[in-house]
Amino acid sequence: MNILFAVLLLGGLALLAGIVLAIASRVFHIEGDPMMERIDAVLPQTQCGQCGYPGCKPYATAVASGEVDVNKCVPGGERAMLAIADLMGVPPKEVEEEAAPPMLAYIREDECIGCTLCIKACPVDAIIGAPKQYHTVVESHCTGCTLCVEPCPVDCIDMLGKPEVLEEWTWSAPGKSRLVIEDSAEGETHVRAA
Amino acid sequence: MSGLLDRFTTLLGKGAAKGAASSIELKAMIGSGGFSGGVHPKQMKITAGSPIVQSPLPPRLILPLKQHIGQICTPIVEVGERVLRGQKIAKSQGYVSAPVHAPTSGTVLAIEEHAVPHPSGMGRLCIIIEPDGKDEADESLPPITDYRAEDPGVIRERIRLSGIVGLGGAVFPTFIKMLRDHRHPVEMVILNGIECEPYLTCDHRLMLEHSAAIVRGLDIIMHAVEAQRGVIAIEDNKPDAIAAMQQALADIAFEHIEVRVLPTLYPQGSEKQLIQSVTGRQVPAGKLPLHIGVLCQNVGTTRAIHDAVCLGQPLTQRVVTVSGDAVPSPANISVRIGTPIPFVLAQCGLEDLSGVRLIHGGPMMGERLSRLNVPLVKSTNGLLAMRQEALYSENAVEEPCIRCGHCVTVCPVGLVPNELAWHCRNDQFDRGQEYDLFDCIECGCCSYVCPSHIPLVHYFRYAKGQVAKIEKERSFAELSKARSEARDNRLAHEQAERAARRSKVRKQQAGDAAGEEVSGAETSGDGKEDKA
Amino acid sequence: MSLLISSPHAHGGDSIRANMLSVIIALLPAAGVSVYLFGWLALFLIVLCMVGCMLSEWVCLKMMGRPLSRLGDGSAALTGLLLALTLPAAVPWWMALIGCVAAIVLAKQVYGGLGHNPFNPALAARVVLLISFPLHMTAWLVPMHAPVFAAVLPLNLYDFSQCWNLFWLGPEAIGKGLDAITMASPLGHVKTEWSRGIGAVEALRNYDYSYLDAFLGREAGSLGETSALALLLGGVYLLARHTISWHIPVSFIVTVYVLAALFNAVNPDHFAPPLFHVLAGGLMLGAFFMATDPVSSPVTPRGQIVFGIGCGLLTWSIRTFGGYPEGVMFSILLMNCAVPLIDHYLRPRVYGK
Repeated sequence: MNILFAVLLLGGLALLAGIVLAIASRVFHIEGDPMMERIDAVLPQTQCGQCGYPGCKPYATAVASGEVDVNKCVPGGERAMLAIADLMGVPPKEVEEEAAPPMLAYIREDECIGCTLCIKACPVDAIIGAPKQYHTVVESHCTGCTLCVEPCPVDCIDMLGKPEVLEEWTWSAPGKSRLVIEDSAEGETHVRAA
Repeated sequence: MSGLLDRFTTLLGKGAAKGAASSIELKAMIGSGGFSGGVHPKQMKITAGSPIVQSPLPPRLILPLKQHIGQICTPIVEVGERVLRGQKIAKSQGYVSAPVHAPTSGTVLAIEEHAVPHPSGMGRLCIIIEPDGKDEADESLPPITDYRAEDPGVIRERIRLSGIVGLGGAVFPTFIKMLRDHRHPVEMVILNGIECEPYLTCDHRLMLEHSAAIVRGLDIIMHAVEAQRGVIAIEDNKPDAIAAMQQALADIAFEHIEVRVLPTLYPQGSEKQLIQSVTGRQVPAGKLPLHIGVLCQNVGTTRAIHDAVCLGQPLTQRVVTVSGDAVPSPANISVRIGTPIPFVLAQCGLEDLSGVRLIHGGPMMGERLSRLNVPLVKSTNGLLAMRQEALYSENAVEEPCIRCGHCVTVCPVGLVPNELAWHCRNDQFDRGQEYDLFDCIECGCCSYVCPSHIPLVHYFRYAKGQVAKIEKERSFAELSKARSEARDNRLAHEQAERAARRSKVRKQQAGDAAGEEVSGAETSGDGKEDKA
Repeated sequence: MSLLISSPHAHGGDSIRANMLSVIIALLPAAGVSVYLFGWLALFLIVLCMVGCMLSEWVCLKMMGRPLSRLGDGSAALTGLLLALTLPAAVPWWMALIGCVAAIVLAKQVYGGLGHNPFNPALAARVVLLISFPLHMTAWLVPMHAPVFAAVLPLNLYDFSQCWNLFWLGPEAIGKGLDAITMASPLGHVKTEWSRGIGAVEALRNYDYSYLDAFLGREAGSLGETSALALLLGGVYLLARHTISWHIPVSFIVTVYVLAALFNAVNPDHFAPPLFHVLAGGLMLGAFFMATDPVSSPVTPRGQIVFGIGCGLLTWSIRTFGGYPEGVMFSILLMNCAVPLIDHYLRPRVYGK
């Protein structure tokens, strides 16, 4: 008898709690940001395709639908991976490829034949020029994705390291020196990547 | 009561300190009006008694095109051109900028990248001048003798043209600070004669030797911003400077200016801390001193303003303290801006730089220079040459934080440095900003007292840089995203247009087919269009 | 070769070692009193605990591959000294050793070592011992110079061999039972009398309690907690050296005093007088040396005051209403739990904000 009572009581409580939760989930329903948009927002937007998708948005869509891992964005590195893993609520996964140092595309203009193939390849419209005219890369828009290198029929596009300027220099973490240029007492200058 | 207790405990502390390891110096709270926190580093003002000497002309002058906060200048001279002392050789680009002037007469040797005093050791565009030894002056800026009769706007323009920046080390263009805003009239001009950094004595010597010029300079500033009160703030460790300034005021009979003596405490020379010490008020976050009616100027800057206005001389030289344990004869030297630092050190008997670490500025906020062959610039208020083993930061080993809270006690801004450093170290920059990362003034008090030798300031600088970098990457990503979306839209649009055209053509063809047979020429034309 | 180094390039010269050393120096008067009261026994216990803690630390550092130089920071030695001073003089040596291992391994190193322990290691170890061995941990050896000492003669705590035997073999070695050489502490006595329906004032009267004895330390208790005078001396030294700030000890002691005074004013017969509370038990030791342990206390001044008040409230409540006669240890450990919260919410006001 007692057992029956206890079972009924607990069952009743559970039912009640279930109903309350069901109502609450309806009443307080929040229309979440579409996951794709939020993932897209943490991607570096280089549109480089290193993830195997034709751009950042397609990759974001694929991650949001769960069809691909969170660690495929190479230029985004660890930070983007952690942010995506956090958004998706999955454990972080190491990014396998190390991101290359930031690069910019340069067109050797005297070799350019003005074929516009690179202009079509550029995902962010950072190359200007017209048919039969020299093309040039707008440095401030180039994401360094390298997508323009392949289509060039005369191979006149170079990917060069982004020049480091004083204004953009920042302190590295204590004990982790980035680049130290040092004059020794003998008057030599040492450039060292540490 | 608390004062008494404090004194009592300090007394006991002094006696006891001898027994155990060296005592740390903490100053919890000082009397009303003063800022909270602060430390008492060892003064080491060994050059306080050395009169300012004039440095000879170096064989070469290297003038970086940016020696201020703001936009870099553009050169207006060409290689091979002869320039005169005080001639403008690079003009401002944009509002926040200060022009560069030739420090002596000579020839422009080159305009090229050269290492500048910066912890990174990187270079920037510099104009290199070979002096001809004649030191002929350019007289395009006439002296303004009766400045009180001039319009304040004229004075401000003169200061802008003279390339004057804050010579205390911050090098913010001075004319911008002297803005007259009718909603926020300047009530008080504070002359910053605090010089709280150890070793440095250049402002001290200037106050002793050029007191009249400094007092006049202050009067010029007050006229330019139409302020009624002037306060000369000096710490009580410089009694001779206090007397000299009082004497200068009495001589000129300036009654609207007073000398205010403040107890010695680092970092009282920091603008916002000084304002609190003098006025008892804090500059609200995100506001300028101007918003509470105060303007602060450094002693060296004020003297430069006097020279620019009364003598018509743009900023081409400054006084520098050369000191440190590796310097045989420490001195205060008046040096042309652009003089190579090894040349300046040689004036003080230091020729062999092996094993020597150079600090640009004071030991608390100065930067260690990784490159030695750099020019002296407008921000150089001190040059410290230290033996490697004497430099604490070189030999310190970071130990775990024991949460002693000394950094909290000494922080003049009211941060919790230990927690903040923890977040910065773990790259939790959002949390760092929650803990007011960007309010840190990098005065170094926290690192100075830390028993675990944690380089707190370094962590904060790292985090600030990372936040800026992330922010920049984010805005670039947004830009790229917009461009990529625009491209996608354009492509989609083009495709849609083409499809529409094609279906139109097809419809037409269907219509034509009803009447006549299909024309082969038309089809090929359609195909051509599609390809384009 | 040099790394990028940021300013400041000067340092005030403070170090962890100096901090630990100054606390050890500040504890010397209390340790001296303990030797005065408990003779060789106190000395043995202090040495054993310090050695035990340092050995435990060494083993941990070795196992975790940390630099063994960390042993030199003095934190383990200090923990050992603090632990010894919280133990009753008659505690068996192996129990003290268990305490050492608990303090260093359980309460400190498993959390990541110095700087990461949420609780004061010495106090955490004392709780471990109190809960594991309640009998021994509440049996207070009758101190020399106490008025009742004559009753337990021929025990002479200044006699090396007698103490040596007592220390290693226990009271049976000198032909006595534990009960015969121990007595209740004033706090314990008051608690027992309360349970029999006797008020605090009456209880203190029949205990022969004297404020002067309590102040000087001539009463039963843990090694280092009896003498308020010696602890005050050490506390003032620490304040003078700026090793600790006044916020925690003052707010702690004042809270206990005010609470006790309030209740004592309402019912003077039942509730113990405030001065008794302040001088009794581990309050002085706790307020100056345990609650101020930098690692496990708040870093901000406002937080420290809240922490001290919390400790005071809990101490008085446990002493008055709780199951244990003494509450200092529990109150500090409980407040230790609240430190992250306190530190987060009670930050100083930022300049201009």
